[in-house]
Amino acid sequence: MKLTQKEQEMFEGKHGIATKKSMEILVALGEIFGAERLVPVTSVQVSGVSYANLGDAGLEYLEEMAKDGKVKVYTTLNPAGMDTENWQALGISPEFAEKQKKVIEAFAKMGIHTTCTCTPYYIGNRPKKGENISWGESSAVTFANSVLGAKTNKEGGPSALAAALTGRTPEYGLHLDENRQAQVLVEVNAEMKDETDFGALGYLIGKRIGNKIPLIIGIKETTEDRLKALSASLPSWGGTAIFHIKGITPNETTEPSERIELKQEDFEKAKQEMNDECEVDFVLLGCPHCSMDELERISKLLKGKKVKKEFWVAVARPVKKQAEKKGYVKTIEEAGAKFACDTCHVVAPLKGRFNCVMTNSAKGVFYGRGKNNFKMQLNTLEGCVEEATR
Amino acid sequence: MELNGRKIFGGTAKGEALVTEEGISFYGGVDAETGIVTQKGHPLEGKNVAGKVLVFPQGTGSTVGSYVLYNLKKNGKAPLAIINKECETIVAVGCIISEIPCVDKIEIEKIKTGQTVSVDAENASVKVE
Repeated sequence: MKLTQKEQEMFEGKHGIATKKSMEILVALGEIFGAERLVPVTSVQVSGVSYANLGDAGLEYLEEMAKDGKVKVYTTLNPAGMDTENWQALGISPEFAEKQKKVIEAFAKMGIHTTCTCTPYYIGNRPKKGENISWGESSAVTFANSVLGAKTNKEGGPSALAAALTGRTPEYGLHLDENRQAQVLVEVNAEMKDETDFGALGYLIGKRIGNKIPLIIGIKETTEDRLKALSASLPSWGGTAIFHIKGITPNETTEPSERIELKQEDFEKAKQEMNDECEVDFVLLGCPHCSMDELERISKLLKGKKVKKEFWVAVARPVKKQAEKKGYVKTIEEAGAKFACDTCHVVAPLKGRFNCVMTNSAKGVFYGRGKNNFKMQLNTLEGCVEEATR
Repeated sequence: MELNGRKIFGGTAKGEALVTEEGISFYGGVDAETGIVTQKGHPLEGKNVAGKVLVFPQGTGSTVGSYVLYNLKKNGKAPLAIINKECETIVAVGCIISEIPCVDKIEIEKIKTGQTVSVDAENASVKVE
């Protein structure tokens, strides 16, 4: 791989140890995947934040990098294993909280905005079409590639951090236009009326065509929240980190000859497969974290009601702050629901605390089952509120 | 017998080979405190990777696996070296941050569990005794 003079200096350690380590990671990845050069990135989203996943050694690694590492571009952070302010109310142990705080402090020392959200695009990290970025968090990666038209591979924690500390990423995979072209035409012949339909769409595409890139046709209108649901579902269920929807998403693509059709009955079956038999004891909205529109909808539905089950609304802290001004937070909290900022049920240590979780997220179903051993049910936002309040 | 491949992370090591034809998911598949393979149904289930030259086709699963390799190293339970058929991001990054010698593009089917193997990752060479 060809390095510029500046990059060569970083590689040789002239800009510090953290930069050197970062360049070693990026150059090795570039060589493994056949990149010819590094390209500058405009933003980074770092995953691998929950202490539950990092462990003590992961924390030690981050503290090591924080000794002389400083980010070169705007960098935000994925959810942590707990709400950094309200962790006690959500049942997190003090020992876990202390370690989790150290993780976040190490990131902060490197100059990372400790936003702790899977929706950086709601809080100012919203790249434009054509920009090279380096993001972790599969739902955010897929949203950035498909809905925003930015370019990123699905990075792991250390490789995204390496990009942040150098401002570079190796140019391979989804950074190259030829690798972003649709490979299978997906014809949707079904009613696409809410977020669970889009979650089911991601599930079906992932199961049917794996990591081939879909060009979806037959969807006339949608909302950003529904595209977010598809972005989260598709990579969770085995699909790739980019999709195209004819007439809706911004990327140009060639039309593939391979074709599959998805009918109403496929969607019904997909939703059945994402519903386990169980008695719901926990309702979770905000996977990925809620938008302002979603908070408005939840607040309208909960007005004057009381939840009778544990009910969490996961959200980025700045979005919650905005929602406070509009009165949504008060209404939701008065109904007995809890806000979970900075975290979610995928990365928090919740195993054993709940048995059966209802959510409007197809991604939430996948990780609730896999990581926390929950039984899961998929329902619309409205259906989730109804279940909690009936 | 000498096999040649590609350097992923430099360094040298000599030890007993532990070989599998199946990929390894370090996250959820290997216990970071003991080095024991816990992945259900894996050919290496119950075996310990600590102090071995670990030979497998490639890493699989979550990218958090890189940190599991780092945890293993810090706990003194890491493999001495890793030999892959085709290295991918998780193992590559894991070896770089943990400073575990790693070579790929090696004909791993020529190496058998129990053989003594010398790895010179800097020169991308593997000697089987």
